[in-house]
Amino acid sequence: MSNKPLAPAIDGWHTMAVNPHLIGTQCTACGTYFFPKSHAYCRNPDCDSTDFNEVELSRTGHIWSYTNACYKPPEPYVAADPFEPYAIAAVQLEKEQMVVLGQVIAGVSCADLKVGMPVELVLEQLHETDDDIKMTWKWKPAA
Amino acid sequence: MSNEIAILGAGMHPWGKWGHNFVQYGVAAAREALKDAGVPWQDVRFVSGGATVRCGYPGYVAGATFAQALGWQGAEVNTSYAACASGSQALAAARNKILAGECDVALVVGADTTPKGFLAPAGGYRPEDPDWVRFYLGITNPTYFALYARRRMDLYGDTLEDFAAVKVKNAAIGSKNPRARYRKCFTAEDVAASAMVADPLRLMDICATSDGGAALIVSSLDYAQKIGKGDAPRVAAISTTTPTFASSVVEMPDIATDSAAAAGVEPHAFRSTLPIKAYEEAGLGPEDVDLAEVYDLSTALELDWIEDLQLAPRGEAAALLRAGDTAIGGKIPVNVSGGLACFGEAVPAQALAQVCELTWQLRGEAGDRQVAGAKVGITANQGLFGHGSSVIIKR
Repeated sequence: MSNKPLAPAIDGWHTMAVNPHLIGTQCTACGTYFFPKSHAYCRNPDCDSTDFNEVELSRTGHIWSYTNACYKPPEPYVAADPFEPYAIAAVQLEKEQMVVLGQVIAGVSCADLKVGMPVELVLEQLHETDDDIKMTWKWKPAA
Repeated sequence: MSNEIAILGAGMHPWGKWGHNFVQYGVAAAREALKDAGVPWQDVRFVSGGATVRCGYPGYVAGATFAQALGWQGAEVNTSYAACASGSQALAAARNKILAGECDVALVVGADTTPKGFLAPAGGYRPEDPDWVRFYLGITNPTYFALYARRRMDLYGDTLEDFAAVKVKNAAIGSKNPRARYRKCFTAEDVAASAMVADPLRLMDICATSDGGAALIVSSLDYAQKIGKGDAPRVAAISTTTPTFASSVVEMPDIATDSAAAAGVEPHAFRSTLPIKAYEEAGLGPEDVDLAEVYDLSTALELDWIEDLQLAPRGEAAALLRAGDTAIGGKIPVNVSGGLACFGEAVPAQALAQVCELTWQLRGEAGDRQVAGAKVGITANQGLFGHGSSVIIKR
């Protein structure tokens, strides 16, 4: 890695702390969580609230399912050259009762994963630009 | 039954990569369906088209585009967009028109020309678009199919060999379908030798995209009777329901599911809710079904659909497959057209192609692919943005 500053790949979707959290919203009326954030309307059919709080989502969960990417995705994905395959996990968050996708940290493959396995959220490089290193959330098997 | 309509004719332009405009495929399919029905084009008073989003301006106005190509004759038109369920929604529009007594005969048609290469999102920095976000994070279409497949392996013990067996089965029967694009038989070894795309799915587990066109001529039961086709297959049910909150299975192109955290909210799986309305509307149950055409975007997804249609208990579709029960001659043949594995997806035509296959099957005209004594068939498909459908045809 170079000495460039770290910057979130997508602004405002996660904190940049050592133990990072995804940032979502929660409906103040019914308690439904949203990720990505919803500020305008609640999608619970029994709720017509338009009032939300920004909240940090649970940074641990259990694997709902997983796979990997063996082929280089098209743009806007910025691929390393040569392309390095990576794993992807869908993770169930207990409190939020939702599943969130994300890459799995480098060096972990499908063979290391299992449905139900506990994982935690970390930050890792997505790609590098001329100005900074774009960081994103990734799932890491819990110690 | 008051909400049934007759299928007088079915037609398809063979699937492939022909390099023509989509209108040409739709016209060919429509003319075959008209001929099959024995109905003159001038008698069709409603043209219901499935929108072809990727084909630009004329694709967005599919009903009128096909009406013009077949020769303006004053019929009313409709265009439906519902992703993979576009054809079913176009069929539902025609059914409504007929049941409302506003027309006797309608043409339902969908056709597509697929672009070359990856289906990539528009460029720029656009984090408000979930499709842009997931590609930026490296999550492609096969990712979603692979997540469902891998979950089957861990939960139900499905194997790579099971998934390959779906491909082998569909290729074997599809090789006998002159309208299919891929007509080569494959072995489990062929599948195993194909490149891994998204573990556990290999290249041969995932369907391609194709050019193609499909059409139906549908009418009131009175009209069918009048022209001596009172025994034609009937549309017994069309379900185009949307998901129920909280939708609990992560769907393309989303990065997360709904949250079921609020009081009184339960998680719901979309696919399995689709056929419920169809069974209710038809007054039939899974035990009445003789064959099914399901949306095998991946081999593993065919197994999910079998359970979603309640043709096997949850987790037991692979056992049905291993026993040969989903093949021709089995208890409940699935995708005897060859499925998407042999056709490749032509989005606005695909749901209609499923109904075409059931129509020929129920008329006993499917030749080498015929399911003996087929009386009831069901389709299922699901696409982007909460669209999906399930149609029941009976005779």
